[in-house]
Amino acid sequence: MSDRLDHVFAALADPTRRDLVARLARADATVGELAEPYDMSVQAVSKHVSVLERAGLVTKSKDAQRRTVRLEAEVFDLMTKWIERYRREAEARYQRLDAVLAELDEDGTPKSPTTPTTHSSEESAAKERAS
Amino acid sequence: MTTTTIREATIEADQTVPAIHITRDFRATPAQLFRAHTDKDLFTRWVGPNGMATEVLRWDPRNGGEWRYVARRDGEEYTFRGCFHTVREDTIVQTFTFEGMPDAVALETLTFVDLGGGYTRLHAMSLCDSFEGRDAWLASGMEVGVNEGYAKLDRLLADEATEDGTDES
Repeated sequence: MSDRLDHVFAALADPTRRDLVARLARADATVGELAEPYDMSVQAVSKHVSVLERAGLVTKSKDAQRRTVRLEAEVFDLMTKWIERYRREAEARYQRLDAVLAELDEDGTPKSPTTPTTHSSEESAAKERAS
Repeated sequence: MTTTTIREATIEADQTVPAIHITRDFRATPAQLFRAHTDKDLFTRWVGPNGMATEVLRWDPRNGGEWRYVARRDGEEYTFRGCFHTVREDTIVQTFTFEGMPDAVALETLTFVDLGGGYTRLHAMSLCDSFEGRDAWLASGMEVGVNEGYAKLDRLLADEATEDGTDES
């Protein structure tokens, strides 16, 4: 299994290959179609696809008329995890925002450390600790 | 009351348009949220990706104004810029571009909805210019994983392998 993981890591460490995976999540595509938006040869894209194939992330159809590349079903689950990772990034950002908001008065102005306020004792205590 | 916890951010990839929706409640007034989004120094303190230092290079939060900031970590630099289209107490509409891909522009609409009782709901919609662009953006979370080292990704994939243990579909 760890050998398989090594292949998956190596495959996804490259930004072009991550982009290919993201695009294949929308729809199957031929290597030629995949190459279109890039400033690189079809051969170069084909090499990237081979790396993804060896890692077990994609398969190529056996249809000789139209050899499409298809994302393995389990990679869609991985995409769901990517979204979860993105969500966690957002949550971490908003927890920092929570801390910033706690320093503002209700009208949005920063609480002045020099002016004694008659807010809740909890806030006064927090202010004392901070100063 | 001291045990009141706020639900974590929720995220949704829109099925009909290439948008990402993030919703999060805050124990704050809309005015506080507005200030934290428009005051340069406050914004700098919370916006950056984890472990990155943010420096604002341009900041003019008014209708038609512009913004630009750089996030740095270990010699890496990522610069972002955009225009403030609408800046209002309850709504900020702005464009968002990573300068490494200057032609890909997202339209962001942030709304601050007063829930009463000192709570406000932030809804952030990022509308990308294609589904591919949107999905690549979401997938960029993977890049974070790669930068953090493989440890977390390792666990994630290991879980995946356990769940799909039968592997004969």
